[in-house]
Amino acid sequence: MPISALLSAYRNGTKTATAEITERLVTITKREPELGAFLTVRKEQALNEGKNIDAAQDFSKPLAGIPGAIKDIICTAGERTTAASKILENFVPPYDATVVKKLKAAGYISLGKTNCDEFANGSSTEYSAFQQTKNPQDLTLVPGGSSGGSAAAVASGECVFALGTDTGGSIRQPANFCGVVGLKVTYGRVSRFGVMSYASSFDTVGTFTQSVEDAALVLEVIAGQDEKDSTTLAAPVPKYSATLQQDIAGKKVGLPKEYIDADGLDPKMRKVVINAAEVLKKKGAQIVEISLPLTKYAIPTYYLLVKAEASTNFARYDGIRFGHKTKDSGDLQDMYRKTRAEGFGPEIKRAIMMGTYTLSAGYYDAYYLKAAKVRTLITEEYRKAFEEVDVMLAPVSPMLPFKFGEKSDPLQMYLADIFTVPANIAGICGIAVPTEKIGHLRTGVQLLGPQLGEEKILNFAWHLEQAFQE
Amino acid sequence: MISAAEIRRIAALANLELTPEEVAKFAHELSDILDFFSALQEVNTEGVEPTAQITGLKNITGADTKEDCACSEALLNSAPNPIQKDQIAVKAVFEE
Repeated sequence: MPISALLSAYRNGTKTATAEITERLVTITKREPELGAFLTVRKEQALNEGKNIDAAQDFSKPLAGIPGAIKDIICTAGERTTAASKILENFVPPYDATVVKKLKAAGYISLGKTNCDEFANGSSTEYSAFQQTKNPQDLTLVPGGSSGGSAAAVASGECVFALGTDTGGSIRQPANFCGVVGLKVTYGRVSRFGVMSYASSFDTVGTFTQSVEDAALVLEVIAGQDEKDSTTLAAPVPKYSATLQQDIAGKKVGLPKEYIDADGLDPKMRKVVINAAEVLKKKGAQIVEISLPLTKYAIPTYYLLVKAEASTNFARYDGIRFGHKTKDSGDLQDMYRKTRAEGFGPEIKRAIMMGTYTLSAGYYDAYYLKAAKVRTLITEEYRKAFEEVDVMLAPVSPMLPFKFGEKSDPLQMYLADIFTVPANIAGICGIAVPTEKIGHLRTGVQLLGPQLGEEKILNFAWHLEQAFQE
Repeated sequence: MISAAEIRRIAALANLELTPEEVAKFAHELSDILDFFSALQEVNTEGVEPTAQITGLKNITGADTKEDCACSEALLNSAPNPIQKDQIAVKAVFEE
């Protein structure tokens, strides 16, 4: 049920929050053994919160009694938060992330914490240190990553919405793989306070929902400037749900040829994008072919920068103030080295090694600095393109959801992100929206918008959603 | 091809202990990955400033006022080390 319908049902008494939470917990109990979307489920607490809100009979808040789930890289006070890493296996944050605080103030009920790739490093959730999450559309396939747990939880009906993070596609790609809506916001639109960092200049917090309207409603709650996160934007938060249905006639949709004609793009996925373009054209939008020549440099630019930033961010996990500490060690340095060796999984070690190497004296200029300069050029390329078009339409992933163990070569895993990383490089917004099925798998497209262009992409996404529901 | 010695040097800088298998693995993987990424050298970046901040924000400040976080005890309790006089006890940094 969409959020607005659920709120109506609560408000006119046709449904209780207790009933809703109970139903969701039944779904969780039934599906978790095969899905593995949750690392922690809040059974008693969620039921109590449902009962409390029913007793108070106050459903005035924007997400009153709406069941949600939180990616386990986002801190929840007093509740275990692991970033899907052994190094934080028993970590209990003493504070809530700002986004969690805002959701609580809006009256939501958390069903628990969802699985992800360790510290958000990955594109399939296979790098979680704890468990596998399966794609609800087909249990032999990955749900995508890094926010695979959140995507699977929404897709399977275990919750109404979930939070994830998108650093290089980690919301949009799993949303696409699982057949749900995934929103990546403009960098700084949503506070990262209390979100464990992967790459500080790329990380964004966003949403998984069953509908575009639900994405808009949750965004209204979590967006906004935060004094605890100096990278948040001062721009006021509009009522995103109010402009979803605006007419798109006369607006321009860019089709980037380097994406559409990319060698590795599955022709079936290409057709899905063309079909979506046709839909938008029928609604009066103008389809414009655009060129983004720097697209082929996006993956090296992205990965050189994020792994460097990550290596710096992972330095804090040293067995001193929080997290795992090795049992036996010699001196302090020996303690650091063993603690980190024991606590980190293979992709995190790889990230640390690559990042440290490319930041070290003698290599910094050729790798990190070079990538940082190309980032400037890529950002400018997108900024200029958005002077010509309102939004861009593109595939989310070059391939359909793949099988577990299929991308065992790390470089192959990195290349899966080719269509999603540019948005993070440029700090712009994007939304993955499901459109049609290929076989038994619902797939879709992404719409990209300029910085602070969330209203635009939500508007176009709503139109696509409407068309494909008919 | 990145040497095993180089991998060990980098791991030491990052305070990460690696097994001999991991050293060999990373030498191979990093070489492959960085070779692939060397395509970046084709891009002309003369006169281009590197990006550090993607939305153009500068000098966002906060007031330097004292506030009680009300979480000192919880923070200290998070530490996997003994607490002495509200401080985390760690191994010696300097040797005598």
